[in-house]
Amino acid sequence: MLAFILRRLGVMILTAIALTFIVFYLTNLPPNLEKLAKSEGSVRMADDAVASWLENNGFSEPVVSRYGQWLGLLPGWTREVDGEIRGRCIGNGLTAETAPRFCGILQGEWGWSTVFKKPVAEILGRSLVHTGWLMLWVMIVMVPASLLLGVLAGMREGSRTDRVLSTFAIATTATPEYVSGVIFIALFASATAGLSPILANWGLIEGKTLFQGTATSAMDNITFWNFGLPVITIALYGIGYIARMTRASMTEVMTQQYIRTARLKGVRFRDVVLKHALRNALIAPFTVIMLQFPWLLNGVVIVETLFNYKGFGWTLVQAAGNNDINMLLACSVVAVLVVLVTQLISDIGYVFLNPRIRLA
Amino acid sequence: MEDLTWLSILGRAFAQFWPVWLALVVTFALSIRYKRHLGLYGKLMDSTVGLFGLWIVLFWVFTALFADLIITHDPLAQLSGLKNAAPGSPLTSGADDLYPYYLFGGDSRARDVFSRMVMGSRMVLQIAPAATIFAFMVGITLGLPAGYFGGKLDTLLSFLANLVLAFPVILLFYLLVTPEIVQTGIPMYFAAVLFVFPIIFFVVLFNSRFRTNPPRRNLLVAITLALGLWAYSGLAFNMDPLKYLIGSPVFSMDPNLLNVFVSVVFVNSPGVFRIVRGLVMDIKARDYVAAGQTRGESPWYIMLWEILPNARGPLIVDFCLRIGYTTILLGTLGFFGLGVSPESPDWGSTINDGRRLLSVYLHPAVVPALALMSLVLGLNLLADGLREESLKD
Repeated sequence: MLAFILRRLGVMILTAIALTFIVFYLTNLPPNLEKLAKSEGSVRMADDAVASWLENNGFSEPVVSRYGQWLGLLPGWTREVDGEIRGRCIGNGLTAETAPRFCGILQGEWGWSTVFKKPVAEILGRSLVHTGWLMLWVMIVMVPASLLLGVLAGMREGSRTDRVLSTFAIATTATPEYVSGVIFIALFASATAGLSPILANWGLIEGKTLFQGTATSAMDNITFWNFGLPVITIALYGIGYIARMTRASMTEVMTQQYIRTARLKGVRFRDVVLKHALRNALIAPFTVIMLQFPWLLNGVVIVETLFNYKGFGWTLVQAAGNNDINMLLACSVVAVLVVLVTQLISDIGYVFLNPRIRLA
Repeated sequence: MEDLTWLSILGRAFAQFWPVWLALVVTFALSIRYKRHLGLYGKLMDSTVGLFGLWIVLFWVFTALFADLIITHDPLAQLSGLKNAAPGSPLTSGADDLYPYYLFGGDSRARDVFSRMVMGSRMVLQIAPAATIFAFMVGITLGLPAGYFGGKLDTLLSFLANLVLAFPVILLFYLLVTPEIVQTGIPMYFAAVLFVFPIIFFVVLFNSRFRTNPPRRNLLVAITLALGLWAYSGLAFNMDPLKYLIGSPVFSMDPNLLNVFVSVVFVNSPGVFRIVRGLVMDIKARDYVAAGQTRGESPWYIMLWEILPNARGPLIVDFCLRIGYTTILLGTLGFFGLGVSPESPDWGSTINDGRRLLSVYLHPAVVPALALMSLVLGLNLLADGLREESLKD
């Protein structure tokens, strides 16, 4: 088991390095650097001014060595410009004498965000907290709902309940977040259409709309009315997928010999489902739920943009749209880590849950 | 003129789709008549879910084909006084030769939502199936040897596939689908690599089949190479030889479109690779593969002519699902404004346009949203029907 985990960790680190290097390379392409120079220096810079700005700010070194510096494995660059010493690690009150030699993400230096004009670590931390709340509520809604749907559909294969629930599951997987989000806003959060005008007419709601179309206020104070739509929008896309997996696993378990034995013994159907079938049927969905995290990341980016909720996804879009290299790199590190860690957990969890799999 | 009622809006929209209804009726009448002779497709006629899915998918396919007949206005034309107009609004300026209503209203730039939705189907159905086919070519060409030979090749290819799969899709799109990246030529390199695979696939396919019949083999391989390299030079490098000979290339692709296309193929290929690899590892343990090996058949013949046809069931199902997924991806690109062009009527971009004023004017965003949802739903139902029917035999 230990060897297995170590091997997986090794592959994981290799993957993380490869992916961050790709992101680093793509964000540091010459046109992007030129845009950075123009936005940091002045818009009207001539080509040689751009070149000297890049030279003076350490962007002229080869990509690999700058990647090493960003990672913190190589010492940060230093250069003498107009009699003063500049360097990667110098600034923020540190002089050439007091600055450390290495300052990359391994030393906890995430750099400076050019869009937000603040340290990347601060912005990243705050946005991850926001997204953490969103994910928490999505999980609270999504996991029980999808497992319930899947078990109900799978316990009697081919029944009418199964047909209806399976169709519902297919419909939700066919509805990407940007479609369901738009439809939900149309139905519940529009002052001119959907349910809200009717309810307001009857005097059942105080404001103009039932739900709020933006989740900006949820960053300070989460309520059902400002957080309901974003959460259900993300959860819905996942529900269909997990429910279908649960259903498949449940139908397989229900055809097993021991279930038939239990039924013939005279155990009530309810008890067969709850005591005999359920535990075995939930092994496969566990891995699916863990592997769903990377997908949720997609949903988070879309929903946070749609509902204007300033979490991780929103930050990523801002950083990418405005060529904020440090911020974008930090976001990609987090995203890649989320993907890899969930893969690892799902593998290990699968082995623990399913005693038939033994690893040397 | 008065605004139309909801009933007459729907009636008029229904009438506007007449070529589609006609084509659907003809297709289904013929399909049901000859269903015994049509293999898996014919069997689909017996499954309610599959039939329903097929109906939706064909509806959009025919809409894309006959889009020019269906649209009521030019999808890019802006008419005065119809900015954010409600569905069923009559035109204010009485030009006689124009259709007198905006059936589904106007968008924020006073363009006809209905016509844009119809034209959007053409954009989506041009890119999504083609990109999926390319992804399948790449995935199959790499997945077959990885699954069949295993070993170091498999380890390397699987690592690369997992690498791409571990990349958050949106981040990848933000890095790859930008105007700056077109300048660096990276999409062209991607295209240069990805577009080779269909050529390799067909050359190996014919070569392994007709190896014992050199004249036939040479002819087929020569035709494949000629056509393939001609299309390759035009699509990947925009250097169709005809461009220099007669001035107008047959194969060419707008740089932005190429970028979108290549990114979508790139994101989809590893998924196909994994499925093909898994199927091959399962099938290669069968007796008929061992028999082929004993007869001394070449590995590529076994892979392409014995294993691949027997893996077609799951692959067809995955193909349908993947077109739907590609449609969603294209919509995502449009939603973040990374699409083909801001003017483009594709559904993702229109949803993105419409969402700015979503809480006041719903129709510009809801119409393309429902269209996209119905197409993907149709593809998923079709895949479900195909899965059910192919499991029966």
